[in-house]
Amino acid sequence: MKLPIYLDYQATTPVDPRVLEAMLPYFHDVFGNAASRSHAFGWKAEEAVELAREQVAALIGAAGKEIIFTSGSTEAINLALKGAAEMYASKGKHLITSLAEHKAVLDTCKHLEKLGYEVTYLKPDRTARISPEQVRSALRPDTLLVSVMWANNEVGTLNPIREIGAVCREQGTLLFTDATQAVGKVPVDVEADHVDLLCLSAHKIYGPKGVGALYVRRKNPRVRLAAQMDGGGHERGMRSGTLNVPGIVGLGQACEFARLELADESRRCAELRDHLESRIRNELGYVELNGHPEQRLPGNLNLSFHFVEGESLIMGISDVAVSSGSACTSASLEPSHVLRAMDVGEDLAHSSIRFGIGRFTTRAEVDYAADAVVKAVRRLREMSPLYELAQEGVDLKTIQWQANH
Amino acid sequence: MAYSNKVLDHYNHPRNVGALDKARADVGTGVVGAPECGDVMKLQIQVDGDRIVDAKFKTFGCGSAIASSSLATEWLKGKTIEEAGRIRNTEIVQELSLPPVKIHCSVLAEDAIKAAIADYKKKQDEVPAEAARAQAHSA
Repeated sequence: MKLPIYLDYQATTPVDPRVLEAMLPYFHDVFGNAASRSHAFGWKAEEAVELAREQVAALIGAAGKEIIFTSGSTEAINLALKGAAEMYASKGKHLITSLAEHKAVLDTCKHLEKLGYEVTYLKPDRTARISPEQVRSALRPDTLLVSVMWANNEVGTLNPIREIGAVCREQGTLLFTDATQAVGKVPVDVEADHVDLLCLSAHKIYGPKGVGALYVRRKNPRVRLAAQMDGGGHERGMRSGTLNVPGIVGLGQACEFARLELADESRRCAELRDHLESRIRNELGYVELNGHPEQRLPGNLNLSFHFVEGESLIMGISDVAVSSGSACTSASLEPSHVLRAMDVGEDLAHSSIRFGIGRFTTRAEVDYAADAVVKAVRRLREMSPLYELAQEGVDLKTIQWQANH
Repeated sequence: MAYSNKVLDHYNHPRNVGALDKARADVGTGVVGAPECGDVMKLQIQVDGDRIVDAKFKTFGCGSAIASSSLATEWLKGKTIEEAGRIRNTEIVQELSLPPVKIHCSVLAEDAIKAAIADYKKKQDEVPAEAARAQAHSA
């Protein structure tokens, strides 16, 4: 087994060697500009791009023409939200989203608020879920777009997108979903799920970084977006800029493998995830699951370890790469906004660790990680004043802390 | 985030982890911070005359918070109460090469030292000196 062990698959994934192999010819041999219509170099590049478009579309039940290539999900989110807001401002200037969304959505919404739009931020439940009823009661005649993520990047909770989509469809409001964490992990079908706009990213599904896509529905209804990047009119005028051909080829291949292997891979990841969780729970007390117990991504496990601060735990398992919702691991010194929105409690937010399991994770790696976590948590609890108090039977909630930091 | 070797050393081999009997008159206990803020330090000193003869800590917090309190207990042992009161967080920052984002850990350690000293002094004012000595000898 090679150390360190990578258990942070929600952050990014390694490029699958099969994907890399497919990309390589497009750096040197087939290097043409996909927009060059006058020679074979351009035609070959265009052909590769069009194949990738079909591969991406097939993974989400869309048509190739509905796929717009971008530099990744953040750009796709900006294009979807700002592009729709600008295009449909005459309908109204109200948007609905949730407090558990990725910063790319939240910060784009903040930007729109500065431009005079009004945004309703739905509060997720304790498991990070948004209900269709919440969306329904927030909808107004002037709501131009609803933006709800498919799967949460921190806790892995899956939202009931199909039901939310049905509510939006019934009210005639567009639904955008950030499916960055969901595609390739759970079945996604933009028709059955009533999705009008959807973003995805290659590097979360064993493709390269720096490339992603936005699905833009073409009929029932036909969605139009105001371009946010002006130039040569590429991608049906919605996203100008020379296409990243090798990256797009990689995205296409990654989607193809994800589609063909989704069922097997999801089952495998879920089994490893459950193994990790049961090993930790069998050997440690005071462990909380963050997120939904069933409606969650197969490869995600987010746990809070009472009485142990997340960053110190990460230090204690230094050859296992994971991430934490603890403030100490972020530049902002704020604990995870997702855990806060879920009302997990600030103390447990500081004690959270996200384990991400993926295509190349082995059972031996999971066992190694479980051993390391159990050992580190025990050691840190021995030096935790909170654990000492809990052992003495003191309820930590009854203590008046000197909280001036 | 890269940690300095000294932080790693204190984290991997913390000095003086443990607890002293907080009921004793010659023991001062300081607890600072809050779980909601991600760090709680408990620092204890045992005093003989005006000299600190033992120090223990327990910390819930990041590696730098653990290292700051571990270092503090190391420095406290053998110092007089007055010398201990002069320990400044900036010295901890310097010794552990803490980055700006971790300075609050050192501030917390300084606060913990002050709180332990204050607790000890309060006990001395409450308990007559004679009784304190008797209790110390019998323990």
